[in-house]
Amino acid sequence: MPPGQPLLRVSDLTLKFGGVTALADVDMSVESGTIHAIIGPNGAGKSSLLNCMSGLYRPTSGSVALRYVADDVGRGRRDQPAASPEADIDSLDIRERALTSLPPHRVARLGVARSFQNIELFDHLTVLENMMLGRHIHMKQNVLTSMLWFGPARRQEIAHREIVEEVVDLLKLQAYRQKPVGTLAYGIQKRVELGRALALQPSLLLLDEPMAGMNAEEKEDMARYILDVHELAGVSIVLIEHDMNVVMDISNRVTVLDFGKVIGDGTPQEVMDNPRVIEAYLGAGAAS
Amino acid sequence: MSTFVTLLVIGLSEGAILALAALGFVLIYKATGVINFAQGEFLLIGAYSFYTAFVVMQLPIVLALLVGVLVAVVVGVVVERFILRPMVGQSHISIIMVTIGLASVLSALVQMFYGTQPRSMPPILPRGSVSILGGTVPVNRLWAIVICAVVLGLLTWFFQKSRHGVAMRAVADDQQAAMTVGISVRRVFAMSWALAAISALIAGVTLADITTVEMNIVNFGLLVFPVVIMGGLDSVPGTIVGGLTIGLVTQFVSGYMDPGLAEIVPYLVLVLVLLVRPYGVFGEKRIERV
Repeated sequence: MPPGQPLLRVSDLTLKFGGVTALADVDMSVESGTIHAIIGPNGAGKSSLLNCMSGLYRPTSGSVALRYVADDVGRGRRDQPAASPEADIDSLDIRERALTSLPPHRVARLGVARSFQNIELFDHLTVLENMMLGRHIHMKQNVLTSMLWFGPARRQEIAHREIVEEVVDLLKLQAYRQKPVGTLAYGIQKRVELGRALALQPSLLLLDEPMAGMNAEEKEDMARYILDVHELAGVSIVLIEHDMNVVMDISNRVTVLDFGKVIGDGTPQEVMDNPRVIEAYLGAGAAS
Repeated sequence: MSTFVTLLVIGLSEGAILALAALGFVLIYKATGVINFAQGEFLLIGAYSFYTAFVVMQLPIVLALLVGVLVAVVVGVVVERFILRPMVGQSHISIIMVTIGLASVLSALVQMFYGTQPRSMPPILPRGSVSILGGTVPVNRLWAIVICAVVLGLLTWFFQKSRHGVAMRAVADDQQAAMTVGISVRRVFAMSWALAAISALIAGVTLADITTVEMNIVNFGLLVFPVVIMGGLDSVPGTIVGGLTIGLVTQFVSGYMDPGLAEIVPYLVLVLVLLVRPYGVFGEKRIERV
């Protein structure tokens, strides 16, 4: 999807757990090529919103729709450089698909990858194996051909391995390649999870608090990696973050949630100046 | 010495067959978390479906094996889809009860069609015996060891290296993460059941060839429990070592001490392992935090 085009549209999204309304009529739109932050106080529904986008939660009503270039997904090729903004948008076969009716693995196949707040890695597998699993959707063998190591399966394996190695280099994970993920430090695990999501070569990357529990220095490193990923891989990013400084630094657009409702949406500066946002964060009266 | 060699080969062959049957159990447990009490019945179904194709329908052996594999895959997938998938999210005890029920149904089905009389099948593996280090060793036992070793090797390789094997390990490790990298958890579940049924088929047919086609195969299948408890429920190498150990211990006790005692000795080992190393000799030590 060329930059500047709408990529993901959330409309009237409502999610209820029994009597609790986690999300109420949420509307937001993510533009291709941006870093879009979702912020809000604890319990505002940020993770719930992300889970609806990745198919883990089924919303009570409303929809999340992803736009994608049909050729990209069909052939599993997103490794080519993204089309330039000047490219003729009409010549591309752009399709729209509702994510809310799809199981998570189908959402992933459409090019939406994610990370979790509480790291969900395959602890018993190595860093490389974790990342190779990120290539799963691009591997084209069935049960029988995958048993034959020689020939096509082997050539494919090598091609996928090259892409994974690029991700390893980008995130500076060379030293940990063969280590079981469960043995690595927290900050490294966070990076491995980012890497596995990146290995899918997604068009959209959903990051749930990629800097949670990190100190200032680690946060700075992570922010650097996210910017690198955004720039070099040309991927659009939706991220949840608490640290306002980080959000101001790296995001192009911010959506603010409070008690399941959108209370602000705009550039970081617009959001900072929004009285409703200040009230939600600092309490009534602070805005005046 | 001669008795020792004979017992060793017989023990190893039964151990290898056990390991293969137990690997199916471990595959299901690892990927789906289900403790399948019907694994012994899968051996039975495997042996009888092969018998039906090979003896009753008089198909050539290769075709008969294919029929067996087909039946195994269908049984595995159907059991997963219609019996266990509706149980997702239920308590462990309920799921165990369902597999025990399934075991009764499967063995009753076999009895319904074939009765309880043992059936004889023309030998597949070469008969006769050879003399090794003074001991008389049946040739078909040696072949059984070779077959099981090859199949165990293939399955281990599949699990470690192939794309689908790695996907199965990923699902066993973290289902949510597996979904978000695009792995269909349902397909992996179905695949584990199908593979478990196939390994049970090979174990069942090999066992039927060196003994007879009869209901007793179920009792042999019950021995997977001492094996997997010893192996630690989710360890592939543990299962192989566990299978061979149980097979050997049973034969040595039977040969040197008392055949009656040999019947219960696997379960004594089971109790001993549970007392000393409840997470199995190879199992991962798990500390559950509540």
